[in-house]
Amino acid sequence: MAVCIAVIAKENYPLYIRSVPTQGELKFHYTVHTSLDVVEEKISGVGKALADQRELYLGLLYPTEDYKVYGYVTNSKVKFVIVVDSSNTSLRDNEIRSMFRKLHNSFTDVMCNPFYNPGDPIQSKAFDSIVSTMMVQAC
Amino acid sequence: MESLTLSDVEQKYYSELFLSCDVDNTKKVASNGKVLDLFRAAQLSNEVVHQITELCGATRLGHFGRSQFYIALKLIALAQSGLALRVESLNSVRDLPLPRFVMGKNEQETRHAVMFADTENQGSYFPRHPGRVQAKKVSAHEMIQPCVPTVDPQPDTTSPVVSPHQSPPTSPHAWRKHKRQASGGNVDRQPSVPGVVWPPFREAQPGPVTGDGMWSAHSPPPVQESWVSFTDTPPSSTLPMHPPSAQVITTVRTVPSAMTTNEIQRQISGYDDPWKITDEQRQYYINQFKTIQADLTGLIPGSAAKEFFTKSKLPILELSHIWELSDFDKDGALTLDEFCAAFHLVVARKNGYDLPEKLPESLMPKLIDLDDSAGVPEPAPEVGFSASPVEVTPNKSPSMPSLNQNWSELNQSNEQWETFSERSSSSQTLTQFDSNIAPADPDTAIVHPVPIRMTPSKIHMQEMELKRTGSDHTHPTSPLMAKPPELSDETKLAATIKFPGTTVGDGYSSSDSFTSDQEPISSAVNRQRSHSGTSPEGLKVVAPPPPPPRPHASHSRSSSLDMNRNFAAVPAGPQQPGVVAFPPAVPPRPLPTQTSVPHGHRSVEGDGLPAHTSTSPHQMPEQPNFADFSQFQAFAVDQPADDGENASDKTTGTMKTAKNDVQSEERNATTVNSTKVSTPLAPPPKPVRRRLKSEDELRPDVEDLPQKSNIIATVLATQPSIPRSIGKDKKAIQASIRRNKETNTVLARLNNVIECDHQERISLEVQLEQLRPFSHL
Repeated sequence: MAVCIAVIAKENYPLYIRSVPTQGELKFHYTVHTSLDVVEEKISGVGKALADQRELYLGLLYPTEDYKVYGYVTNSKVKFVIVVDSSNTSLRDNEIRSMFRKLHNSFTDVMCNPFYNPGDPIQSKAFDSIVSTMMVQAC
Repeated sequence: MESLTLSDVEQKYYSELFLSCDVDNTKKVASNGKVLDLFRAAQLSNEVVHQITELCGATRLGHFGRSQFYIALKLIALAQSGLALRVESLNSVRDLPLPRFVMGKNEQETRHAVMFADTENQGSYFPRHPGRVQAKKVSAHEMIQPCVPTVDPQPDTTSPVVSPHQSPPTSPHAWRKHKRQASGGNVDRQPSVPGVVWPPFREAQPGPVTGDGMWSAHSPPPVQESWVSFTDTPPSSTLPMHPPSAQVITTVRTVPSAMTTNEIQRQISGYDDPWKITDEQRQYYINQFKTIQADLTGLIPGSAAKEFFTKSKLPILELSHIWELSDFDKDGALTLDEFCAAFHLVVARKNGYDLPEKLPESLMPKLIDLDDSAGVPEPAPEVGFSASPVEVTPNKSPSMPSLNQNWSELNQSNEQWETFSERSSSSQTLTQFDSNIAPADPDTAIVHPVPIRMTPSKIHMQEMELKRTGSDHTHPTSPLMAKPPELSDETKLAATIKFPGTTVGDGYSSSDSFTSDQEPISSAVNRQRSHSGTSPEGLKVVAPPPPPPRPHASHSRSSSLDMNRNFAAVPAGPQQPGVVAFPPAVPPRPLPTQTSVPHGHRSVEGDGLPAHTSTSPHQMPEQPNFADFSQFQAFAVDQPADDGENASDKTTGTMKTAKNDVQSEERNATTVNSTKVSTPLAPPPKPVRRRLKSEDELRPDVEDLPQKSNIIATVLATQPSIPRSIGKDKKAIQASIRRNKETNTVLARLNNVIECDHQERISLEVQLEQLRPFSHL
């Protein structure tokens, strides 16, 4: 269960960011922003190899004391970032992968919508509902 | 609470009112919304209403319980009669007329029958509206209960509350309308209780005859006009929606826009589904579809659809939501069915109905059967935008783009939108399913094959061992066991790579056949082994080996090797050509080598080590000590036992010699083994097998494990399923394989060391012999 989920465009501005509102959202925004550096580093490292060989799932970007940040990059350089609580030790890598997969699928659905202009903030309800299922249920 | 006595009429009236307000059936009514509306309908000033609310205690409680409600109603009656509002007057005033609510409460008194009739009609109208919205409302607010399961009851309960239609027929509309518009497109996000209650209240309209008349008057014409003039100004009104199912009723009859009046006309039809598209509508939609896309079986590209629907002047966000709902196969294009659904939703939205969260059943596109897939590609190219779905689909699921394409193509040929099939859901689930599975499979398939395969073969071997067995027969099985793992590895690899599962099964079965074929060979081996086995056993005196596990490991190893040999012989020469030759050769080798080596040693050492003559037998007993090399010193110290066996060192009497003897004997054994080690570099397990063989002979207890592994092998062999299914056993087997491998390497190293030492020892002994004569001097 994620604490914060963010979708970042190719130009590194957020298309969608949602966090569990109980805690300061600013903190999550900042965490996601700093994680972009790690993402860039990871994707640039493999740049020499063929781009399509790069795996989409980046894995744990970096852990902080309270949180762990996972990253995922699509082939169009759209980045997904998931922040999970460190205390949630039961969350396995496979689960994170499946979360990213779902995110990617719903993101492509959003993209398919002709009324969505790429670069606009994502306002799709379907996408929202998918994200809600993955977020920690705020009491 | 102040006690309240009500007359029968009052009681009945109040209870009806209460029921109409109590949409939740919680026996209490929120203080806002419906009740407030009701009170306002009583045409009392707000202050009075507040006062009444306070008096009855609702303000205190925060809601209207039944008693509070009754009190309030009584107070309203009081107020309407012009009497002062006082609690005391609640019971004191007699003959108080029933509180009147403008909304047509009047009828209440008379009516029921009339009301029913009216409300029935109304209900059919109204429910439709609310129904429509309700689809949405209900999801958004659970509170809005579908009050009335049937049309009848609803009017019954709601009639008292009344429809605004009566006196100011339009005003309520306007009222509602404003409210609606205020909430704008965000009805979904209707806030809170007031919003929630509001709709139900409004919907309780069905009642007044006048309203009915009004409605009916409006119904036909608007219907025609409204949705026809889509392109210019979206149909402002009437959408001939069908009456919703009863449950829908509660929602708001949100009469939002000016067109509200128009839109209300719903033809009374027997349909329960508020979202159902009538034939006229559908025809209209189809015509519109043709203007964009001539081929009814084709697709409308996203861009064209976007332009078209943008003409409806709905906000982009709503259009986006409509798209999400209607593009069922998520391919970025609209089939005829999807287009009709989208159009229908747009019209509904224009008429003020809230968009549902999910696509209503009646709007779901009927997908074509898979059989039509052949026909799909044809219309697709004609469409021109066909590239888009194709382009889009690959992006759909990162892992299975091709599958998505297939599905979208299949879905595109929606011409039989009348045919209902479950494909849509299946396609969605399929795509997701595939995307989830695809990445998993290759990984797992690639990862596991090798080790897993080992196990069954090993087990199989052991099973063979068991079959042949007797204690002496363990050996023959060991070569067989040695064989299968290698073979199985290869077959397994092939299996996982090509035929995940079937081949494995075949491998198993083949192993079976192989083992059976190899029986004669193994028996030969048995014979040979038995030879070697018996002698050592006969001579065996020393206690068993120190590291029992290791022998097990090696035991299985060697047996696996044997199996490999057997398999290799049968399936393919290239696999293990050498192996085939080896096994048969190996058995004899140890014997002659064993005998020759000691002989050689003996010759070198002269008579110094008579024990060597019995090397072969001794070697066997030594072998356990071999494994127990670490305890060698101790062993040497414990000379007596060993000496007795070896009968060599006694003469020398020196620890060194004794040790040497023991060492030499061990060395012999090890040499034999080491030679075996060196020779079969191709089949590394061989030396292990050798050792194992002797060890097996010496250690009956080791057989337990092989037997057990045999059993496991048989079990595995019998299971033609994919190795993956074996799960736990495999893991255990893999672990044991790893252990065996480790043991092997350790023993091999040990072998080398021992051999070196042996060489040294031999040279030392030679020197000793040479110097011996001088010692006497």
